[in-house]
Amino acid sequence: MTADDTLAAHLAALPVPEFAVPLFVTPPPLSEATVAVVTTAALHHPDDDGFGPGEQTFRRIDPTRRGELVLGHNSPNFDRSGLLADFNVVLPLDRLDEMATEGVIGRVSPLHLSFLGSQDETMSTIRLDSGPAAAAALRQVGVDVVLLTPV
Amino acid sequence: MGALSHIFEANGLATVGVYPTGDIPERMRPPRSLIARFPLGRPLGRPRDPKFQRAVLSAAFSLLSAPAGPVTDTFPEVISDQAEVALSCPVPPRYDPDLPAAVDEARALRPAFERGCTGGISVADPDAVEAALDAFDRLARGTPWKEAGLPRDLLGAARAVLGYYQQAALGLSDHVPAARQAESWYAQHTAAGATMRAARDQLKEQGAPTPLWFYLLPATQS
Repeated sequence: MTADDTLAAHLAALPVPEFAVPLFVTPPPLSEATVAVVTTAALHHPDDDGFGPGEQTFRRIDPTRRGELVLGHNSPNFDRSGLLADFNVVLPLDRLDEMATEGVIGRVSPLHLSFLGSQDETMSTIRLDSGPAAAAALRQVGVDVVLLTPV
Repeated sequence: MGALSHIFEANGLATVGVYPTGDIPERMRPPRSLIARFPLGRPLGRPRDPKFQRAVLSAAFSLLSAPAGPVTDTFPEVISDQAEVALSCPVPPRYDPDLPAAVDEARALRPAFERGCTGGISVADPDAVEAALDAFDRLARGTPWKEAGLPRDLLGAARAVLGYYQQAALGLSDHVPAARQAESWYAQHTAAGATMRAARDQLKEQGAPTPLWFYLLPATQS
């Protein structure tokens, strides 16, 4: 059993929030869609506040400042070296740019978001406040599709 | 992430998540899930491998054409962490015997830390890391934890030390290590790792709240 297997077994025993009615939005064709990335790596720009323990708000990531990011996640239980070597392994903005240039996707969003992962199971602020606010912020810039990248 | 997918879909956004195991797709039933059995912290699998990252993205985005959900697919390639094989890279020799070993070591690793900063992600203020290690060293030697001058954000300081050493490992290595190899090098082969382990034991023995000592090192490095 690998180290990650051990952690995964632990996480699988924790409760998760329940959603009674799973929704399913049909997006436009990918070649016409605006795509954003939302990660739980707690990344933020240096001039934004860091994440406090258990914080359930989000930070905005400007793709023109992709080389100016701080890793604000306090959990020591995920590998950092891959992200430090190449942010695309969590925030694949260079790959999305390539796909937009090739016409595979319609457009890369001018806004991406970051949350702090490892939340408790209630996630009440995210469910009632910051989650809908994040969705509204993405829709405001025309996002159709969100790629979710947990760490 | 499973929760965010439901919330976003309820607010008009189509989502697709890349999950390291089948646990979240099975229990939370997000609309579209690509199970990519990659190390935690590397959802796109391989750093500095654009072709591989594109393959993962293509697999994820292919789920967007499904007419109904929840829909789940599994990426065919599996990548495991290599925590059991610590990265083999040098630890600097002792330079200033008047400094705690961990502080002396961290200072000597600073050029490697600066060399290792290639991905545009900042993880630590080097000066703050030295100050934190100085305080953790006092704790490790038995100073009561409330008198050791520990950083106010104890876990943030531990996170910075961990990040500092993983970035230094990148600066010492000619390749990107497999997941958790740099972590194992830090935890098992450096003075800082030994100091943090001793500090964690002291916090536990002194009755400090569990969250303060539990997260000082990765849970996989017990």
